Amino acid sequence: MPYTPHSASQREQMLKTIGMTREQLFADMPKDLGCGAPHIAPGLSELETLQRIDGLARRNNQPGISFLGGGFYDHFIPAAVPALVGRSEFYTAYTPYQPERSQGTLQSIFEYQSALCRLMNMEAANASLYDGGTAIFEAVMMAVRITGRNKVIIDSAVSPIYRAMLTTYTANLDIRIETIDAADGRMNRRDVLATIDDSTAAVVAANPNFFGAIDDYSDVAKAAHAHGALFILSVYPISLGLLKSPGEMDADIAVGEGQSLGMPLSFGGPYLGLMTTRKTHVRRMPGRIVGRTVDGSGREGFVLTLQAREQHIRREKATSNICSNQGLCALTSLIYLSLMGKSGLVELASICRDRAAYAMNKLSAVKGVSVKFPQSPVFNEFVIELPTRADTVARAMVAKGISPGMPLGDMFKGMDNCLLVAVTEKNSPHDIDKLAAAMEGVL
Amino acid sequence: MKLVFDKSIPGRKGVDLPPAGVPQAKIDPTLLRSSPAQLPELSELDVVRHYTQLSTMNFGLDSGFYPLGSCTMKYNPKMCEAIAADARFANLHPLLQMAGGLKESQGALAMLHHMQDLLCEICGMAAFTTQPMAGANGELTGVLIMAAYHRARGNTAKKVVLIPDTAHGTNPASAAIAGFEVRTIKSDRSGDIDIEALRSALDDSVAGVMLTAPSTLGLFNPNVRKIADLVHASDALMYYDGANLNAIVGRCRPGDLGFDIVHLNLHKTFATPHGGGGPGSGPVGVCDKLTPFMPAPLVTETSGVFKPDFDRPQSIGQVAPFYGNFGIILRAYAYILRLGCDGFADVSETAVLNANYIRHRLKNYYDLPYDQVCKHEVVFSAKRQAANGVHALDIAKALIDRGFHPMTIYFPLIVPEAMMIEPTETESLETIDEFCDAMIDIARIAAENPESLKACPTTMPVGRLDETRAARQLDIASI
Repeated sequence: MPYTPHSASQREQMLKTIGMTREQLFADMPKDLGCGAPHIAPGLSELETLQRIDGLARRNNQPGISFLGGGFYDHFIPAAVPALVGRSEFYTAYTPYQPERSQGTLQSIFEYQSALCRLMNMEAANASLYDGGTAIFEAVMMAVRITGRNKVIIDSAVSPIYRAMLTTYTANLDIRIETIDAADGRMNRRDVLATIDDSTAAVVAANPNFFGAIDDYSDVAKAAHAHGALFILSVYPISLGLLKSPGEMDADIAVGEGQSLGMPLSFGGPYLGLMTTRKTHVRRMPGRIVGRTVDGSGREGFVLTLQAREQHIRREKATSNICSNQGLCALTSLIYLSLMGKSGLVELASICRDRAAYAMNKLSAVKGVSVKFPQSPVFNEFVIELPTRADTVARAMVAKGISPGMPLGDMFKGMDNCLLVAVTEKNSPHDIDKLAAAMEGVL
Repeated sequence: MKLVFDKSIPGRKGVDLPPAGVPQAKIDPTLLRSSPAQLPELSELDVVRHYTQLSTMNFGLDSGFYPLGSCTMKYNPKMCEAIAADARFANLHPLLQMAGGLKESQGALAMLHHMQDLLCEICGMAAFTTQPMAGANGELTGVLIMAAYHRARGNTAKKVVLIPDTAHGTNPASAAIAGFEVRTIKSDRSGDIDIEALRSALDDSVAGVMLTAPSTLGLFNPNVRKIADLVHASDALMYYDGANLNAIVGRCRPGDLGFDIVHLNLHKTFATPHGGGGPGSGPVGVCDKLTPFMPAPLVTETSGVFKPDFDRPQSIGQVAPFYGNFGIILRAYAYILRLGCDGFADVSETAVLNANYIRHRLKNYYDLPYDQVCKHEVVFSAKRQAANGVHALDIAKALIDRGFHPMTIYFPLIVPEAMMIEPTETESLETIDEFCDAMIDIARIAAENPESLKACPTTMPVGRLDETRAARQLDIASI
């Protein structure tokens, strides 16, 4: 059998040592409970397994030219990232319960928390959450705990996927989610501000929002604070190479999907939930936190800290049920940010911005195509309106090897002809020309 | 070791990016940040050295024996890593299936569909979702399904979840965060949930009972079917915490034991890496009557075409953006193909044999509160050593100096000075013997020279760290 090392004689020797038979090992399980081996196929050799999986992989065909985003982006990953993350001292370890033996993991989490604070201009970060959607849910729970209130206002231009997740997770709780419909692809300021009152725990927004529009939400944060509510901002971390940070907008909790920081798209995961906040809220924050301290000889080292918030100590009174974080994904993002560095992230964000603007011009020059929200400033993603159904156009183009973006008809009423187009550094100007030409071809 | 930020040299760079190749675009300055994020300025080699050095200050399963109880630190086959890195999976955009590329996503969807079926068969359940992103996330999903089920039946009185005192902390935390009231049920003298206490707690308000089988003491409760009957008789649901499935996999299915909801930890029983604390994966399975409440989408098949099924009116909704931690699920899928029908019974038998072998070898040296055949893990107590001033923590630190990762300590909570040892099936007799020899040697030193163990570990980059100071003088980021 694969991966069980004992020889037959060693097995006998062990049974003899403990004075038991094989059957006696399971004598505590009543016979009538036994159901025997599962009815699945016999095991395969490693080679056969690889061949079987190759057969599946052949049935995937991600178009070589892709403008698909929607919150999940195809960025270049330097080779050093997977090489370092692939060191088994990192990936075959577990939660650093024994700090002296786990300084590698612990220091890297401390560095991750620091890098995230620097990126977001926030004061404190946890060791990560599962993904951008659960990060919004956890932020909302945090705000409810901090304020003791239960009304949460969310901009409908926050990802519909994350809004659906928030609905799922709060279904059995006494929390009222009020979704304010966006106007022209941007937050409906008037309605959001009018809805904030003294029962409001938090206002939730995204920058860029799902339609790609960028904004300065300082006024929303101010209005929330005036009523004792918190402002929660979800961000796309690559955009922070250029865009105003959550801290500069006076956000109380900043979250985001960290996939773009060195993780492949991998059909939906594993990804990375980013969470940062003010120092004053640290004790209400969910998840692992690493702190710096010293040993008996004064040597600096790192430990898991503030564990009295967590489920293994507090059980039903914990700040969250989360146990593991996305440790390896947090490490991935840290190594990615260390390689990109101070100037690299700015350059990267600039390339995305410039090429997106170029793509917007190119596509709006295609006959019948227009930019849906021309008043919205954007970073690297925008909505175009086609003269026909966007899903049909996307299907036709994918079949030709170009994924033009995300058709929005299934997600938003009345947007059947709309397509969300994302541009990253992996889309060369030549690819963008091809996109425009191909679109002209199918329209 | 210096922080990565403290190695920064202004002007140094670790990447080179292509020129934009298009005219520069403008963004309104009010939307821009005032200064760049203070990220390190390092060469690629600087970064490679820094994280390589940090990795040497770590200990993984590949480094040596890692008997961390309840965590099932079994070997993570390299084959699975290679498969997950395959660009044909790794580069696949999760929205492609809904953006004109259903046909182009068939391999991934077929794998997920087959995985749903395999997990149903292995656990004896009617349906499985791969969405939950970790064990605790699976628990929350399962408890939300529980709530939806009772709500759909108009049974608004169901507000309580019963949980034994031996349970993982995530159980009560998950039930509470889903809006349930948690009541703890004591264990009896044999370490099983006290049936009489359970019986008297089972009133009309009970929505479900969350059990771990075998329990966190490593013991299989022979009355589990009787418990299921009791729970079902009061219209409550049985929840199976799959953290300990490794003990019974391939020979007994939670569904056949009477469980209605099951979560698995693919990073435990199904051999995916623990990643220094995630990403894990926590698929959830349910019995027939609960299938309408499963998260949407599930992957379905119609005449050979695999697609996401969002049309599930009673569904609790999405718990993950797509199908969960796909890369982890893919690794576990490859592992299941590799093991096949016979492999799993060998897994559980060898895991149980190894744990009982350790139980036998160490029971004369350490207190064994539940001296009976154990399953995949064995729980000792350092009570005897504690009388001499040596605690479970000291024994753990002494193991570090001897080249082992310590066992889980101080859990389960009902055992004082608990030391929970889970060897898993992938460890050899030689390794297990070396570990037992080390434990016996530590027991000897604890009797002869207890003070000497207080200094451990002495072979690490740091000694015992001041955790009180860490919490009081909070320093959690270098900004």
